[in-house]
This record gives sequence, C-alpha cells and structure tokens, in this order.
Amino acid sequence: MSDIAQPAALSSPARRKRLPLLVRTAAGFLLLVLIAGIGADLLAPYDYRATDLLHRLSPPVFAGGDWSHPLGTDALGRDVLTRLLYAARTSLLIAIIGTLVGAVAGSALGFLAAHFRGWVEHVVMAAVDFQAAVPFIIIVLFFIAILGSDLWLLLILIGFAGWEVYARLARGLVLSAKEQNWVLALQGLRIGWPVIYARHVLPNIAAALIVQMTLNFPGTILLETSLSFLGLGVQPPGTSLGLMLGEGRDHLLRAWWLAVIPGMLIFLTTLSMCILGDALRDRLDPRARQG
Amino acid sequence: MLTYTSIRLIRSAATLAFVLVSVFFMVRLAGDPMLALAGPDPDPAYVEELRQRWGLDQPLWAQFQSYVVNALQGDFGRSYATGEPAMKLFLDRVPATIELGVVSLLLSLAIGLPMGIVAALNFGSVLDRVVMSTAVLAFSLPNFFLGILFILLFSLHLRWLPSFGSGSWQHMVMPVLTLALSSAGAIARFARSSMLDVLNQPYLSAARARGIPGLHRITGHALPNASIPLVTVIGLRVGDLIAGAIVVETVFAWPGVGRLLAEAVEGRDLAVVQVVVVATAATMIVSNLLVDLTYGWLDPRVKDE
Repeated sequence: MSDIAQPAALSSPARRKRLPLLVRTAAGFLLLVLIAGIGADLLAPYDYRATDLLHRLSPPVFAGGDWSHPLGTDALGRDVLTRLLYAARTSLLIAIIGTLVGAVAGSALGFLAAHFRGWVEHVVMAAVDFQAAVPFIIIVLFFIAILGSDLWLLLILIGFAGWEVYARLARGLVLSAKEQNWVLALQGLRIGWPVIYARHVLPNIAAALIVQMTLNFPGTILLETSLSFLGLGVQPPGTSLGLMLGEGRDHLLRAWWLAVIPGMLIFLTTLSMCILGDALRDRLDPRARQG
Repeated sequence: MLTYTSIRLIRSAATLAFVLVSVFFMVRLAGDPMLALAGPDPDPAYVEELRQRWGLDQPLWAQFQSYVVNALQGDFGRSYATGEPAMKLFLDRVPATIELGVVSLLLSLAIGLPMGIVAALNFGSVLDRVVMSTAVLAFSLPNFFLGILFILLFSLHLRWLPSFGSGSWQHMVMPVLTLALSSAGAIARFARSSMLDVLNQPYLSAARARGIPGLHRITGHALPNASIPLVTVIGLRVGDLIAGAIVVETVFAWPGVGRLLAEAVEGRDLAVVQVVVVATAATMIVSNLLVDLTYGWLDPRVKDE
C-alpha cells in the first residue's frame, strides 16, 4: 500500500505510540487521587470530624512536625491528611457526577435538536447561546441564594455547567452523521431512528464526547472548589478541597500549609486533567495539533 | 447592514426581557423569603408585617406588574438586610469592579497577545512549547489559590503589599495580577491559534512570492487579519472577569460587585442578588451585541450568512 493512500498520522504504528512521560505521570497522579478518595475510610488515620484542641495548628512533617500528624492539624486540631482524603473524595465525586450529568443532558438535547430541526433546534440553540453568554457561576449563585446550599442542589447545578458545549458538539456531529452513506443505508433498511442513534451514531461520536468531558472536567472541579471556597458550596461538617482552602485562609500567618496543601492538590488535579484531555484530543484528531 | 444590526438588537432585547421575567418567577418559586428573614420560630404577626412592608401580600400578578414597572425605572426594591435601595448598593460598588476589570483586562492583553503571537511565529519550537505550557499552568491554577499564594509571598513573607482592602495602588497590585494572569493564558492560546490560521492562508504565500519582506508580511498582512477573531475573545473575557471578580474580590476584600454578590448570596438578600444578576446579564448581553456588531463591521463576510 502506498503512502498516499494511508496518511502517516493515521497508520497503526503511529497510533500505538506510547504516550509521553508527562501524560503518563498525569494519568498516574489522577489514579492516585482517585484511589485516595475512594479508600478514604481505610486510609485515613483519624476520624475526619475528631477535634484535638491540645494539638491545634501543629505543623506537617516537612515544616518541623512529627509523624503522628503527617500533614499537621487545623485550627480545631483535626488531622489535615484525613480531611484531605475526604475532601478529595467529595470534590472528585461532585466533579465526576456533575460532568456526567452535563454530558448526558447536553448530548441528549443536541441529539433532539439535530433530529427534529425546526423550532426544537431553535429553542435548544437559543438556550445554548444564553448559557454561553452569562457567566455560569452567576446563575449558580442565583439558585443558591433562592434555594439555599444543599449537596443535591449543588450536584444538579454543577451538572448544568458546560451542558451547552455538549449540546453544540452533539448537534454538529449528529447532523453530519445523518448525511453519511451508512446512516442513509440503515434508513433504507427501515431501521428506526432510536436504534440508529443509540446503536450506530452514538458509538461513532462517543469518542469526541468523551474527549470533551475530559476537557470540561477541570472547569467543573474549579467551579465546585470556588463555590466551597466562598462558603457557598459544600457545607460543614462535610468537607471539600475548596472549603479546606477557605478555612486555611484565616490562618495564613501561623499555618500557611492549611491553605497551601489543599490548594496544591486542586492545582495538580486540574493540571493533570488538562494534560490528559489535550493528549486525548490530539490522539483523536491529529489535525488539532496544528492549531 | 440594517437587517444585520436590527436582528442583533431585537435578539438582545428579547434575551434581556427573558432574564427579567425568569428572575422574577424564580425568586418567587423559592418560597417565602420573609420566613428566612424573620429567623427561627417567628411571630406570625411580625411575618405578616414584613410581608406588607415588602409588598409580598399582593397577588402574584400585581407583584409582577409593579416589578416590571419598577425594574424598567432601575428600581429593584430594597435590600432585606440593610433596607437601602438594592440598586444604590449595587451602583456604589460598580466603580471598584470596573477599575479592577479594566486594568486587569489591559494587563492580560499586554501579556497574552505578544506571547501568543511569538509562539505562533515560532510554531513547534521550544519557545512555542514554553508559552503553551505556561498557558495551561495559568488555566489550571485556581484564582483563589493564586491570590493566596500572592498574599503569602508579597504580604506575609516580603511584606511589600497590603493583603486586603482598597485605597492605594499597592492595594490593586495583587487582585489585578491574580485576575490578569489566569486570563492571559487563555488569551495567549487564542492569539496563537488565530495567528496560525492566518499564517497558513494562501494570501500570505502570495505576499511572500511577491517579495514582501518578513516583518512587513507579519505587521501589514498577518496581524490585521488575525486580530478579527480576537474581538470575540475580548468580549468573552468580560464574562470571565465578572466571574473571576466574585472570587478575587472576596480573597482581597476588594469592595466591588463580586464581593457584594457573594455576601448577598450568603445572607440570602434576594433583592440585592436580583440586581446583580440582572445587571451582569445586561452587561454580557450588551458586550456580546458590541462584539457581534464590531465583528460584522471588521469582517463583512459574517453579515452575509
């Protein structure tokens, strides 16, 4: 087979090339955070609510503390490592569920818009334009002001972050799939639209939607941590990385690590997800590398 | 031109009307704000008095009518917390936010644009990679964490700058840097990709074939064309600056609209929340309208679509 018939970028050896070290490190780090969050109950050395007023604000090991509290304690003497594990669990859980809700709802609306066209498409696309125009955190704050902070409400609201991206993407992909010969062929075989969408179109466009999810994930984490940092997201006695950072802010002078440790974890998690998302996108669409 | 402009105008007005109406009904959906205000275990007579004072004893339709009439005159009722007109509380905070927003937008353009252009001109080089990695870092670093790192470094360690408040240029340095740096990354990324798009166009090859020197090709042919999509990104930045201001103003106790909103949400002061939400939406609608119109003017091809 000649080179012209098969572009080098798509040939199988190039596709199977191992991922760069940076991307593997990022994936490894995310896996580690995920395991830490899932295993918080087993891994945590203390109860995350247990206070110890005799050992308040004790420093972590790397700042002169001892191993009884590897990452030190906070203003109520609670173990920072323990709280970090539970906070990572809460923040990841909210971000993962939020991302899934947004992806499913947005893609479904995109499918509807592309199938029905006409006024359905107009309504969906007008809503997309509106959502893209107003900063989403303002909409979230509006609903929190009306309904109060509640974990379920937070999940739903964060789920709606970014739905417009999936709706726009899914609509475009479905519209172009509907023009393809294989869809026309399936239609000719008198296969119903629901089956064509679910069993044929969706598997073909799923990769693009999944890449979009990894690209949206950092934004979702940042939304939850920002809200919790402001004291408007996850409420005590629960904990989240943003809430820990917000609490640590009051003790910057005496205990800088209380803010820096959760902050670093948020930073490294979003950074890893960005690196992974960019790598996935490049792999799926080699053209994206040029622009 | 007339139809392009008038369609955009009508659409913006419709969106604004939609925001006004939905804000009203959403706020009423929430149930009785007076129960929250009156505290736990309230005296029914006191709640009734509060309802009368805020006009909540009227039928919904009458409330809606007076809401629309008042809103069009810029009156959104009084703050539940302080009793002052909500619009006045909002307007008092606007200058501080605009000051912060304009300075940081200019700074982020001053940092982001040259970085993106240089990266595009050196596509694939080490310099390009460094710029792009910096942009990813800037995006991943949450602005509230960046702000706290600045406080630790400049206020607590070096003792150069005040850690919160406003009043002098020293107070502005950290909030502006925090807002500008996260924006600069996104601007650099966008500037790079729109510059790359233009650099690959046939007319630049044609300019090269005509013997036009490199620097002139870039300043005279590439940059003007690449700057058209940038109008969009500057419009979008306005939204990000408003969103960023909520967090950054809270971190640095900057007396702007963002902090007002955060406080009002925490205190469930719906009158104030309502004003800030409507005003933000209006700002975004106007800035999107301006972006659309500028875009149509700079690139007449858009209008034909």
